[in-house]
Amino acid sequence: MAFVLSPEREKQIAQLLERYPTRRAALIPLLWLCQRQYGWITPEIIDWVAKRLDVSTAVVKGVVTFYTMFFEHEVAPNVVWVCRTLSCDLRGGKAIQEHLEKRLGCGAGGTSKDGKFTLMKAECLAACGQAPMVQINDDYFEDLTVEKLDRILDEIAKKTGKKTEARAEAAQEQP
Amino acid sequence: MTAFTPLLTSRYGIENSWKIAVAEQHGAYQTARRAITTTPPDQITAEVKKAAIRGRGGAGFPAGVKWGFLSPKPGEQTYLVVNADESEPGTFKDRTIMNLDPHRLLEGCLITCYAIGAHKCWIYVRGELAHSIARLDEAIEEARAKGYIGSRPFGSAHSIDIWTHPGAGAYICGEETALLNSLEGRRGEPRLKPPFPANRGAFGQPTIVNNVETIASVPDIVKMGGEAWCNLSRLVPGDGGVRLYGVSGHVKKPGVYEAPVGITMRELIFDHAGGMLREQRPLKAVIPGGSSTPVLRPDHYVEAPRPDHPLHKWDGMSEIDVPMGVDTYRALGTMLGTACAIVMDNSVNMVEACRNLMRFYKHESCGQCTPCREGTGWLLDILDNVAAGRGTTEKDVALLVDVANNMMGNTICAFAEGTAMPMLGFIRKFRDEFEVAARRGLHGVRHDETVFDDVVGRAG
Repeated sequence: MAFVLSPEREKQIAQLLERYPTRRAALIPLLWLCQRQYGWITPEIIDWVAKRLDVSTAVVKGVVTFYTMFFEHEVAPNVVWVCRTLSCDLRGGKAIQEHLEKRLGCGAGGTSKDGKFTLMKAECLAACGQAPMVQINDDYFEDLTVEKLDRILDEIAKKTGKKTEARAEAAQEQP
Repeated sequence: MTAFTPLLTSRYGIENSWKIAVAEQHGAYQTARRAITTTPPDQITAEVKKAAIRGRGGAGFPAGVKWGFLSPKPGEQTYLVVNADESEPGTFKDRTIMNLDPHRLLEGCLITCYAIGAHKCWIYVRGELAHSIARLDEAIEEARAKGYIGSRPFGSAHSIDIWTHPGAGAYICGEETALLNSLEGRRGEPRLKPPFPANRGAFGQPTIVNNVETIASVPDIVKMGGEAWCNLSRLVPGDGGVRLYGVSGHVKKPGVYEAPVGITMRELIFDHAGGMLREQRPLKAVIPGGSSTPVLRPDHYVEAPRPDHPLHKWDGMSEIDVPMGVDTYRALGTMLGTACAIVMDNSVNMVEACRNLMRFYKHESCGQCTPCREGTGWLLDILDNVAAGRGTTEKDVALLVDVANNMMGNTICAFAEGTAMPMLGFIRKFRDEFEVAARRGLHGVRHDETVFDDVVGRAG
């Protein structure tokens, strides 16, 4: 099945290309559009992006591998980034990570058994004054305690069941 | 603390401060309108020079002087790129501007574009800050709808377009030439300088790259006049105005505080941030302005007996009583950086703190230059060995110093210095701890002892 971007996102590409003097400059924003739709950057997406921007696949692959936020493997619908740099660590970042490992039953880079969460270690996320913190998908959760984190994860886990089904449906609808 | 009228943060507490209607009720865009319709561009640059604003991204280069380096050849386009890749550990000030007062940043972009003759501006925001990007995008749309951004800002013929550009997770993209490569759709690897961005920057065109806070200060500088704004600082001449300070770590009230340039670290920690988190745990060390700045100790004292020493006025005083300025801190053997301090109480083991940061640098080295790619890994390896009890005392400490020294000055960008300087700083200030650790190991020491019960709960 060939990769296709949704019509709204297709429209965004046209807007993106107007912003820059070169096509290639749209590379990172375009990869974001793809990842937001598909969840991770497949080899197929790399080829597709390369064609769209008239650059080689090596160029796209080079960019994808350079930046930590582009996933080269499938991840769960929710990615938990736990900040482990000094400011967070002084306020309990390690305890937060240990709790996440225990609760999700996996280490950094792994996915929980229920398939809802992928755990990742992050370096400084620029929220040092609200440490300890985690980023889950696009959201920052700050001034954490283990108890607060558990409530957040419970809520996200509840919502995720529906999200996963919606995603499966969307995938089927694609030509 | 003396009474102080906030400038950069004046709209922070207001409900919906990020909406254009609210921001305009509280003064937004008035300065841009006046500047773009009535003031010649050169005069704006002259005011920014008079303001003596030192770049807020960490290097402390005078912004007005940087603008003065532009000399576009016929046919060249000048660009403005705003560095919002805030990633330096301990630093979280620019995010507050983008989230709480995006229109101040946009107003600064408009005035700056007009002053330097740019028609296009990109704000490069680190990819993690999806909400800040969304907020800026909304603000840009609002300003575009009002006609402030677009072909005729405030009716002037100088068209200005502003866009955000997302990063995707890479500390090095805060280095200005790496940022430009990233903007162009490349790997974020720094470029050799020269050519400097003012000559050949984004897309090969003359480009000014400034930090978010620097640009957000421009409206106030233009409104008040460079000299008046400069004089708000306690370190005039040379280091003007007000700035955002950040505090994180073991203090009662971590956060971002606006204050004149030149307050002391003691004031920042004990007046603004409410003092140490636990009364029984005194201040042991503070990293003054992001992780790349060498650590300070309250029980180390300034030695400047000679009257011509830049720090002579503070001779014999604690390091944390020296005013926080770009030049004063350089004379002190550290750097002001982003003025966002990481405060550590006496529960923290300095070798472990250092190891945490060296892990960061190893992870973030872009890998272009051998001394940096190998050096960062080597420093971490040595510290990991020490932590695991496989150390060998003097040899390890000497090797850390040797590796760090061989990284400096041998790479394309300043990342290697940013790693080696704090490494050497930790050893200079806490050599005994490194020697003890090398002899005995760290035995799984952790530095969340002070807060562990609060975070995990008694049951945990």
